[in-house]
Amino acid sequence: MLRPASKRLLGLGFRGAQTPAARLYHERVVDHYNNPRNVGSFDKNDPTVGTGLVGAPACGDVMKLQIKVDDQTGKIVDACFKTFGCGSAIASSSVATEWVKGKQMEEVLSIKNTEIAKHLSLPPVKLHCSMLAEDAIKAAVKDYEAKRVKSNGDLEDAPAEKAANA
Amino acid sequence: MASKLMAAILCRRASHLRALSSAPAALTTPPPAAEPYEDATGISTKGVKISGRPLYLDVQATSPVDPRVLDAMLPYYLSRFGNPHSRTHLYGWESDDAVERGRAQVAALINASPKEIVFTSGATESNNISIKGVLHFYKDKKRHVITTQTEHKCVLDSCRHLQQEGFEVTYLPVHSDGLVDLNQLRAAIRPDTGLVSVMMVNNEIGVIQPMEEIGKICKEFNVPLHTDAAQALGKIPIDVEKINVSLMSLSGHKIYGPKGIGALYMRRRPRIRVEPQMNGGGQERGIRSGTVPTPLVVGMGAACELAMKEMEYDEKRINKLQERLFNGIKAKLDGVVVNGSTEKRYAGNLNLSFAYVEGESLLMGLKEVAVSSGSACTSASLEPSYVLRALGVDEDMAHTSIRFGIGRFTTEAEIDRAIELTVQQVEKLRDMSPLYEMVKEGIDIKNIQWTQH
Repeated sequence: MLRPASKRLLGLGFRGAQTPAARLYHERVVDHYNNPRNVGSFDKNDPTVGTGLVGAPACGDVMKLQIKVDDQTGKIVDACFKTFGCGSAIASSSVATEWVKGKQMEEVLSIKNTEIAKHLSLPPVKLHCSMLAEDAIKAAVKDYEAKRVKSNGDLEDAPAEKAANA
Repeated sequence: MASKLMAAILCRRASHLRALSSAPAALTTPPPAAEPYEDATGISTKGVKISGRPLYLDVQATSPVDPRVLDAMLPYYLSRFGNPHSRTHLYGWESDDAVERGRAQVAALINASPKEIVFTSGATESNNISIKGVLHFYKDKKRHVITTQTEHKCVLDSCRHLQQEGFEVTYLPVHSDGLVDLNQLRAAIRPDTGLVSVMMVNNEIGVIQPMEEIGKICKEFNVPLHTDAAQALGKIPIDVEKINVSLMSLSGHKIYGPKGIGALYMRRRPRIRVEPQMNGGGQERGIRSGTVPTPLVVGMGAACELAMKEMEYDEKRINKLQERLFNGIKAKLDGVVVNGSTEKRYAGNLNLSFAYVEGESLLMGLKEVAVSSGSACTSASLEPSYVLRALGVDEDMAHTSIRFGIGRFTTEAEIDRAIELTVQQVEKLRDMSPLYEMVKEGIDIKNIQWTQH
């Protein structure tokens, strides 16, 4: 009784993996849409906050991703997002905020859109949403570093300092 | 109990598609099946679970069959199932009678003679016959077609097919309210124009074109006029004599009739000639060969007769419901725009744009309401609806449109619930929208340099 039941469920599981993406919203996408994590805003002018704003309303996708960085350690302590876009775009940016929390700034630059897409099982037509999320992360980090440069007045020291504290 | 535990463990290891859901109880984790399945707690499909069947507000896509129409059709499936072209026995004769009765009912609704109605498989086929058929018949003298940018896909595709064959097509632009410019139409007509095709009621935005004026212009220049009246039949009064139209495409499943049947009105005085697209035994005056589907014809006829009787009553009711829907939404939300003319509009089609909210994400949230959107994400490409673009709607607004359809069977309770859900979802999405935030801060979105992708 155990084996057929488990086989059936396994069978369904594998069949699901092979089902072509016939406009199927993966549960994770729906989950992120219904219970979005980290929606919100930080103060743009706060020196510990980096803001990445990417996309264009004309394309139907705009993402704003903000990271709050601990100056001493270079670690991202908090992140939040706001998105104008389809369910997959909202889910991609929500996942992005979850993944950057608690990581170092250099680490998050290596987050790839393919990883986000795989986590959400995005169909090919929605891959650009995950690309935009990756761009948003990079833009937020860049913005933070630009702010630091402005406040420190020194481009060389900033990465060296972070490397020393990492 | 133990087997379920075992299965759960196996599933976790086996398939990475199974979400380890930490979501609240309302969202269960159904197997990733494409088929919807129902259980005692609700319906589950595409990763979403809802408590019952959604409210149907998409009447422009298709409509439920009126039970009275179904009653009329059933005998012709079960006992009177003859082929109307069988001339030698009772089955054929009674089937033929039924087809002729249906033909008369359809003709009566548009003030035409039954001899001018040809049955087809739907408005798409009728459009194909009209456009390709007329131009192929007159291909020696007439090489030009005029149509609009907001036509149905089948009309535009037929025109494109003609272009590939060497004909010329003019796609007339429309004003921002969706109406065709009559002066531009007049200027576009040439001596070798074989057909003008303008749809009567637009399926996406519900705008009613000035058919009588267009008919007058076409008569003046002696050019045949074709109109796609699929969305107009049975909803607004149609009189082929007043409009002076030569060809009209009709559809069964938009007026509470069965799917798979449509009709083509072809004027006899003056006679318009077409080249048939379906060759065969010469049924339907040689225009459309193939066995005429008696039950479907009976259904369409019954639907047309009902529409004639109930048009006024339906119109009043639908007008009231549309006002209720629009006022209900406007009372609670700002930044709501109606796409298309508000005066020259069929009341049962309300196409709204919600600023700063994207259409597909709104549809995802409105899972308990069946509506449709003109947003890019819902089409296969990333382009927003061509109809909205033809209206000159800003690209970011074109991504935000939702079409609400109100029909004969829509109730006030459904409208109220739709208002409630829409307002709720729009507010939630606006909270998540960076554009709304920027506007609230006073930044002008149109002046920002976006990073294109």
